[in-house]
Amino acid sequence: MNAHVKIETPRLSRRTMLRAGAAAGGGLFLSARLPGIAAAATEQTAARTLNAPTLNAPALNAYVKIAPDGLVTIVAKNPECGQGVKTMLPMLIAEELDVDWKDVRIVQAMNDPVTYPRQFAGGSLATPMNWEPMRRVGAAGRQMLIQAAADTWGVPAGECSTEPGLVRHGASGKSLRYGELAARAATVAPPKLETVTLKDPKTFRIIGRAQANIDGPAIVSGKPLYGIDVELPGMKYAVFHKCPVFYGRCLEANIPEVKAMPGVIDLHVIEGNKDLGGLSSGVAVVADSWWHANKARAALTPQWDEGPFGGHSTDGYDARAKTLAPAAPQQILRKDGDVDAALAGAAKVVEAEYSYPFVSHQPLEPQNCTARWDGDKLEIWTSTQNPEPGRQLIAKTLGVPADHIAIHMMRCGGGFGRRLSNDYMVEAATIAKRAGVPIKLLWSREDDMRHDMYRPGGYHSFKAGLDTSGKLVAWKTHFVTFSRDGKVVNSGDLAPSEFPAHFVPDLQFGTSMMETLIPTGPMRAPRSNAMSFVHQSFLDELAHAAGQDPIAFQLALLDQPGAHEGYDAPRMAAVVRAVAERSGWGKRKLPPGHALGFAQYYSHQGYFAEVVEASVAASGRVKAHKVWVVGDVGSQVINPLNAENQVQGAVLDGIGQALGLEITFAKGRTQQSNFGEYPLIRMADAPPVDVHFLVSNHPPTGLGEPALPPVIPALCNAVFAATGKRVRSLPIDQGMLKTV
Amino acid sequence: MAAYTIDLNGRKRSVEADADMPLLWVLRDVVGAKGTKFGCGAAYCGACTVMLDGAAIRSCQMPISRVGARKVTTIEGVGASPVGARVQAAWLEVDVAQCGYCQAGQIVAATALLQKTPKPTDAEIEASMNGNLCRCATYNRIRTAIHKAAGMPTPAGEVAA
Repeated sequence: MNAHVKIETPRLSRRTMLRAGAAAGGGLFLSARLPGIAAAATEQTAARTLNAPTLNAPALNAYVKIAPDGLVTIVAKNPECGQGVKTMLPMLIAEELDVDWKDVRIVQAMNDPVTYPRQFAGGSLATPMNWEPMRRVGAAGRQMLIQAAADTWGVPAGECSTEPGLVRHGASGKSLRYGELAARAATVAPPKLETVTLKDPKTFRIIGRAQANIDGPAIVSGKPLYGIDVELPGMKYAVFHKCPVFYGRCLEANIPEVKAMPGVIDLHVIEGNKDLGGLSSGVAVVADSWWHANKARAALTPQWDEGPFGGHSTDGYDARAKTLAPAAPQQILRKDGDVDAALAGAAKVVEAEYSYPFVSHQPLEPQNCTARWDGDKLEIWTSTQNPEPGRQLIAKTLGVPADHIAIHMMRCGGGFGRRLSNDYMVEAATIAKRAGVPIKLLWSREDDMRHDMYRPGGYHSFKAGLDTSGKLVAWKTHFVTFSRDGKVVNSGDLAPSEFPAHFVPDLQFGTSMMETLIPTGPMRAPRSNAMSFVHQSFLDELAHAAGQDPIAFQLALLDQPGAHEGYDAPRMAAVVRAVAERSGWGKRKLPPGHALGFAQYYSHQGYFAEVVEASVAASGRVKAHKVWVVGDVGSQVINPLNAENQVQGAVLDGIGQALGLEITFAKGRTQQSNFGEYPLIRMADAPPVDVHFLVSNHPPTGLGEPALPPVIPALCNAVFAATGKRVRSLPIDQGMLKTV
Repeated sequence: MAAYTIDLNGRKRSVEADADMPLLWVLRDVVGAKGTKFGCGAAYCGACTVMLDGAAIRSCQMPISRVGARKVTTIEGVGASPVGARVQAAWLEVDVAQCGYCQAGQIVAATALLQKTPKPTDAEIEASMNGNLCRCATYNRIRTAIHKAAGMPTPAGEVAA
């Protein structure tokens, strides 16, 4: 996300309608529907769901069913990929409906853009987009139940109140349980959502309390939950062997030979199209088991036309970046004051070059999709963060109406942004169409690593000026990034509002681009996961150059009057001060060889400051011993149990990236293929992470992402504090840190 | 294809499979027990961890023909032992899982550890669990849950959940 995008909390429009009626089997069902948005989402707008969510046009639907026995079923509308939304969104409804959490059952919605627009998992947006609308749905249900009770008793509704699961009439002492009222409540005219009264947060019984992952019991007992677990009668298994070079095409393959292998049912070349997010070219193998399909694939010797990308390599990009960096930027993204004059007049000028590599998402559940055709109707079961664009992609690629395609959203074994792209869905639909039987397509780990939409690498040349007091007075960036057809690649852009913009009077951001065909896409805290490293590391360098404490140096910047729209410097300064306090910054005696590093970063509307305690062994091995995190995500941490888990996971994810993750390319191919060459963080490298939230008077915002960006520079800054060696490229070159 | 009889979670199962078919795929696609997960196919990630006679192994590397008469315990059967049940309960109490995909392997690995070493040191926990990747990086809570299941206090420096 852009670093400083201002995102409004959705407001309910007048068109908001609440529908209520008798539920099948008796009881009340309740759904909030926004017809204008729903109609638009079905065809045209859904494809842009993630990249351009229209946040001030709320599109929320929720569905509640109250059974006569009092059990409340709440639909979780968004895909669950580990961010905890399947538990969190129903909490919002249940709180305002005023029911006991133990009486709530949660069911996962299918992809259904008419009833539930914006069913996606990304951008840490579920909280800001749903915080108020979901609660209003619950509150409307509560109001209808009160009205039903008041009608039953012949008393004014205003004399009635609720306790979890029941309505009480104070004066007479009468009470009725929700289950008893549900049938009558279904006949009550639904209130307008914007008119309902929300609880005083001080009275919350569910929100703000630890609620365990709703799928926990199924997870610890191995129940089938994920896309990969789907099994249909008559189903066969497929692998899709794509050209190892992006944009390459399959010319021919040794089909008769491989077709004779055990279990193989069908083998064919798929021509593919030119959309790397769509259908690539390759060989589809269908067999009676995935093992047989994958074994047959290993025997394939396809002839590839490697296409225009066959000569691309990381070395080539590095060399091109070296020639671009010293030249004038191709484009100026931001120009405040006169940076060259300010640099000429500075008491001290500091220059540094930073870079970071491409990285891959690698959710642990490999991409997969199960597809079943029935005539011209298609049913899909898959782990996706973003189902509707997948449906549109299948419709476009295979020429079927989108409303002939139904998508079951299975629990995702991780997402991290990879499952915002739905290439596996169109592959499965294509293979199943020819097979005439249900097909489960499953990628191997190697497929997943070689065919990702990677977080792009980048190269930054910085020049900054300090005045005689050590104050930062000039900042100049030349950012070399990647383009495709002349446009900056997905997640490869620098926001003109990137910190310290607005806080340095003379500042310029310039950029130059080099063409690539590598598919790129958003990865957890997109842009921020890279921008934090370069900006917060260079700010640390500047603090040392100024002879100042790194935290004091950044607080001096933040404490200037410079706050601008969408960014609240006092909120950041508060978390910075809190993390300094909690980590004992500058006050604690550290074990020999240990040092602290600090960084702060704002992303996804969350303000985060982090301190890492690290040491570097004589062998160069970097060890993070502990991390302190202070975050401000607004007035309410909805589910503190999951919030802590998300923050700890994000922080350790960032440490893992810094310590060892890098994707490189040679001859147009991804050189890494499995976890041996792409070492995700393991327990031995995972320090304890202390998580603390500051509560502020702002609408709550999301937590899947904003804790990740600061930890990378905080770790690198700790390495500097421990060794005097500055980490200017990722992953950290531990060989460079070796002292024996 | 050949016929094999395996002892799966205390019950004898007859399966037909190629001799080289890994136990992982026999479990998932022949038996239909989906709890054991495929992550990497190369013994890097531990998502496919099961126990053979109580020892944690990577089922993606174990051909069905080499399983023999050894007892296979998967996530579906791990709760039958008191230690396994305690591990599952601790996982729920600590609320370890985020996406949950790796947790079957983690729980089986933790159970194998505690069956052999009821009060492991932190170094023993790390040595036993380091082969199990958690892409959501729930490692803080995995450590805490193992301590809880073992009846040991929350590890130093960890945040009690």
